[in-house]
Amino acid sequence: MNSAQIEIQLIASLVAIACAIPGTFLVLRKMALITDAISHSILPGIVIGFFITHDLSSPLLILLAAASGVITVILVEFIQKTGLVKEDTAIGLVFPALFSIGIILIAQNANDVHLDVDAVLLGELAFAPFDRLILGGIDVGPKSLWIIGIILCFSIGLLIAFFKELKVSTFDVGLASSMGLSPVLMHYGLMTMSSITTVGAFDAVGAILVIALMIAPAATAYLLTNDLKKMLLLSVLFGVCSAILGYWFAHILDLSISGSMTTVLGFIFLMVYLFAPNKGLFSVLYRQRQQRIEVSLLTFLLHLGNHIEEEERHVKHLNEHINWQKVRSKLVLNLALNNNMITIENNIVSLTKKGESFTTEAIDYIVNNKNAEIENMKDRFFLFRG
Amino acid sequence: MENKIAVRIDDLTVAYNYKPVLWDIDLAIPEGVLMAIVGPNGAGKSTLIKSILDIIKPIAGSVQIYGKPYKNQRSLVAYVPQKGSVDWDFPTTALDVVMMGTYGSLGWIKRPGKKEKKASLEALEKVGMLSFKNRQISQLSGGQQQRIFLARALVQNASIYFMDEPFQGVDATTEKAIINILKELRKAKKTVVVVHHDLQTVPEYFDWVTFLNVKKIATGPVKDIFNDDNLTKTYGINYKVSVQQ
Repeated sequence: MNSAQIEIQLIASLVAIACAIPGTFLVLRKMALITDAISHSILPGIVIGFFITHDLSSPLLILLAAASGVITVILVEFIQKTGLVKEDTAIGLVFPALFSIGIILIAQNANDVHLDVDAVLLGELAFAPFDRLILGGIDVGPKSLWIIGIILCFSIGLLIAFFKELKVSTFDVGLASSMGLSPVLMHYGLMTMSSITTVGAFDAVGAILVIALMIAPAATAYLLTNDLKKMLLLSVLFGVCSAILGYWFAHILDLSISGSMTTVLGFIFLMVYLFAPNKGLFSVLYRQRQQRIEVSLLTFLLHLGNHIEEEERHVKHLNEHINWQKVRSKLVLNLALNNNMITIENNIVSLTKKGESFTTEAIDYIVNNKNAEIENMKDRFFLFRG
Repeated sequence: MENKIAVRIDDLTVAYNYKPVLWDIDLAIPEGVLMAIVGPNGAGKSTLIKSILDIIKPIAGSVQIYGKPYKNQRSLVAYVPQKGSVDWDFPTTALDVVMMGTYGSLGWIKRPGKKEKKASLEALEKVGMLSFKNRQISQLSGGQQQRIFLARALVQNASIYFMDEPFQGVDATTEKAIINILKELRKAKKTVVVVHHDLQTVPEYFDWVTFLNVKKIATGPVKDIFNDDNLTKTYGINYKVSVQQ
């Protein structure tokens, strides 16, 4: 690895971390769509900043771009408050307007200014190491590394200082507000930080793909954990992994780095979405299957409890009578047998003591259907464990 | 001797988009009462609590907590929002939610420590939820979630408790458990204000009641004013209107 490669991976990793932090809170606040808006509507801020400074990495440009991000949020909320349109419509109205102002500004001045729409929108990480920061004649590293590094330090500092305030205002706005822990301040602080991060990240992945770095790692982490701190750490981890893996895929297959990073992000999300232990698709399908079997078992036991007549309790009679397929009756019959709920003598099925009390409690549960008692019941009767 | 006034509301008017939801409310809540706020849907019950707590800005009027504005008296007040107002899929545990009750007294930036954790565990024990302390909140039943919210209010160790429909969607056991804790609070000279829906249980649970329907209809001891006259004034005509719609 040469130093440029290391620098590129370092920049990409820092961008990924910087995006994962606000991204986690945006996902929890159900505001993923607003990052989409911000990432587009910072364009006029960038363009105006560039006209003034002629430097894409000037602090003034970053501040102006962040300001147009915050203006987006304010405009969206203003339109939404009129009650005439919903939030998604308001977002859809605001950001294309601001974005197109940016495009027109670039087109108007394209002749005398070197500002490329593609570069802003898609970024070009491969060129990042060429733009050096020279301090007192000494080369201290790529400019974009410094920019995102400073933004990241700022972001981590704010996160540590206001973690508790961010958490409570995200979970329970009413409580935070009644305690005087201004949720409005937290909201706009988060929006400002997201905008600044988006601007700082456009060198690396471009202003648009930054959405992926904010949302995908957080969404992936959300499927894996029930703890906010772990969710933050996991999103950081997923972000950095995709940044580095993405870089090497791009390197080996000669692809766009940002495109490759985003693809890796998408792939990791897909894997977690399918295989996550509790919230993953397969795990949900498995649980649903289990529930279907449980319901069948209950139906079967209730039927046995309701009928003393032997012909109603004959093994062969069951699949005709309750209209079950053979496989299903066999599965349910075995489950009940294995859990000592029933006994079979001469093909006549009878409830055991355990089966009787389980059925009685189950009926109670169904009649009162108010709490999660059946979960405890399953534990007590060792259902699916015997 | 007359009781001290815990909460005094004068000429309070609240509007959403210029449509008044609370109209010129005057209300004095004496210290140490267990008070129900009753009224039909859209009567402004939640709004009343939220504007007392400075969550919603009124367009007119004032609220005083023991003679001072709410801003100076936050530490005296605990709040239980409606259970449906938060996202129970939020990645956190029961204990952590209760700990949030300590955030107000901690103030900005400071983190909860051992003392806050101990207080939170005690509150969890009081509501009978200690064994669920590490349970993810989405895996709690509705009644258990409501108990967690109650524990969070207890840990605020306030003088006045505002609760928005604490009995919504809870089973009979939880309802009894919650009302017992509320009665204990009253015994300890705390003031408890509850938005309540079940009119049948008002005489059993509460000693003070406020009838509200955009305007204040009546307020006072349950035994004096909980009667057909006030119920009709509060619910009668509006009920018919809402049925027609």
